[in-house]
Amino acid sequence: MAALFLTGWGLAVRWSHSDLFPTPGNVARGIVDLMQKGLLFKYIVASLFRVSWGFTLAVIIGVPLGLLLGWYARAFQAFNPLIQVFRPISPIAWIPVAILWFGVSDAAPIFLIFLASVFPITVATVAAVQNMQLVYLRAAQNFGLSTGELFRQVIFRACLPQIITGIRIALGVAWLVVVAAEMIAVNSGLGYLIIDARNAGKRYDLVVAGMVMIGVIGLILDVLVRQLEKFDEVRWGYAGRRK
Amino acid sequence: MRDSAVAAYNLSMRFPGKRRGEEIEVLENVSIDVAKGEFVCIVGPSGCGKSTLLNIVAGFLEPTSGSVIVEGEPVHGPDPRRIFVFQENGVFPWLNVRENVGFGLRKQKQTERDATIARYIDMVGLGGFENAYPHELSGGMRQRVEIARALAARPDIIYMDEPFGALDFLTRLKMRADLIRIWQSEKKTILFVTHDIEEAVQLSDRVFVMTPRPATIQEIVEVDLPRPRHLDSPDYLAKRDRIFSVMGMSLRVGETAA
Repeated sequence: MAALFLTGWGLAVRWSHSDLFPTPGNVARGIVDLMQKGLLFKYIVASLFRVSWGFTLAVIIGVPLGLLLGWYARAFQAFNPLIQVFRPISPIAWIPVAILWFGVSDAAPIFLIFLASVFPITVATVAAVQNMQLVYLRAAQNFGLSTGELFRQVIFRACLPQIITGIRIALGVAWLVVVAAEMIAVNSGLGYLIIDARNAGKRYDLVVAGMVMIGVIGLILDVLVRQLEKFDEVRWGYAGRRK
Repeated sequence: MRDSAVAAYNLSMRFPGKRRGEEIEVLENVSIDVAKGEFVCIVGPSGCGKSTLLNIVAGFLEPTSGSVIVEGEPVHGPDPRRIFVFQENGVFPWLNVRENVGFGLRKQKQTERDATIARYIDMVGLGGFENAYPHELSGGMRQRVEIARALAARPDIIYMDEPFGALDFLTRLKMRADLIRIWQSEKKTILFVTHDIEEAVQLSDRVFVMTPRPATIQEIVEVDLPRPRHLDSPDYLAKRDRIFSVMGMSLRVGETAA
C-alpha cells in the first residue's frame, strides 16, 4: 500500500509537470540535506522539548484536577461550565494571546501545548472517576481507608486505564499544536521549518520533508504511549479482542 | 440468651421512584437478630430487597427508618471489623492476588503481613497464583481471592451478597464446602444473602425467608442438621421443601394446567 502511494505520488507530480511540488525522491534528498546541515536534529529536539514541557505540565495539573472534580460533585458543578466554554476554543486561537503574554520565546508554544492537552486529560479523568464501579469504592471504604489513601490506592488506580487513554489523545493533540505554534510564535522547530522553507525560496521539498518527519515522530509518540497500556496494573482496563 | 452479633430493629427502606413523588418501598419493618458465630442465610425472590438489607446492615446505606446494632454499637458506616464480600466481585483488578489479599493489612509489619497473606491464600487454595492478576483468573478463583481478602483482615463478621451467584454449579458446590470448612475453623459470624434455597439449606444454621417487595421476614427456618450435610438425606430435603413451600413454590415442573 505504501509503495503504491509513493509510486502514485511520483507519477502524479511528473504528469502534472509541477515545478514546485516535490517527488518522493526530492523529499528524501531534502531530508538528507537537512540532516547534513544539522538542522533536522536540532528542529526535532526543539519541537520535542516544547511538547515535553507543555504536555508534562498538563498531566501534572490535569490528572489531580480531574480526580478532584470527578470525586467532589460541588467542585465539578462550579468548574465544569468554565471547562466546557474553554474546551472548544482551538489552541490556534490562543496564539496571539500567547505571543502577547510570553513574546517570541519557548514559553508561548509551551503554553499553547499545555492548553491543548490539559482539557482532554482533565475531561477523561473526570469521566473515569464519575463512572468508577461502586463496588471498588465500597470495598475500599469497608477497609477503612483515609481520604488520601482512597485517592492514591483506589480512585487513581481504578481510573488509570482511562487516564492513559486521555493522555494518548492529549499527546496527539499536543503534537498537532506544536507545529502550528512554531509557525508563528518562534523561529525553530519542525513547524518553523515548514513555514521557513516556503517563505525563503518556495522549497517545497523541505516543506514535505518537514511534514514527513512530523508524521513519523507523531507515530513514534503514539506507539510509546501505547506501551503504557501493556502494564499489568492497567491491562485489565482494556478488555476486548487484543489482550 | 445468646450473644447477639447483628441486630436490626424495624428497618424500613424507601427509594425515590422514576416518577416525581413516587416512592418504592423496598423493606418494610424488618427486624433480625444473628448470634455470634452463627451462619445465617437470607433468602427471597430476586429483587425483593435482601441485598438492600445487607447493605444497610453493613453501613453502606442508611435506612429510611429503624436502627442497626452490631456488636453492641449502632452502625453509621462501613467498618473494617466487618467485611463485605460482593456479588459482582470487589477484588481490585490493578493488584495481584498477594496484594489484594493483603489490602486490609496495611497497618501490619511486613513479616507479619506476609505470613497472614500466605496463610489465607493457602486456605482458599490459591497457592501458586500469588502473582496473578484477577483478569487472568477464573470467576471462582476471583471469588476465592475476595474471600481470602475478607478473612485476612480478621473481621468478626463477614457479610456475603450472593457471592457464588455467577459461578457454575460444580464450582458453587466446592465453594460452599470450602466456606463451611473455613467458617468452622475461623469461628466467624456470617450473614449470607442468596436466592438459592438449596444453597441456604446446605450452608446455614438458620434461614430467614423474605417476602416479595416490600420485603419483610416471612419465616425463620432452623436448619438443625449435622455437618457435613447429605444433600439426599430426608431431613435435608424436608428443610428444603419447607422453604420452597413458604415461598409459595411448587416442586413439580411441567405440571399440566388444571
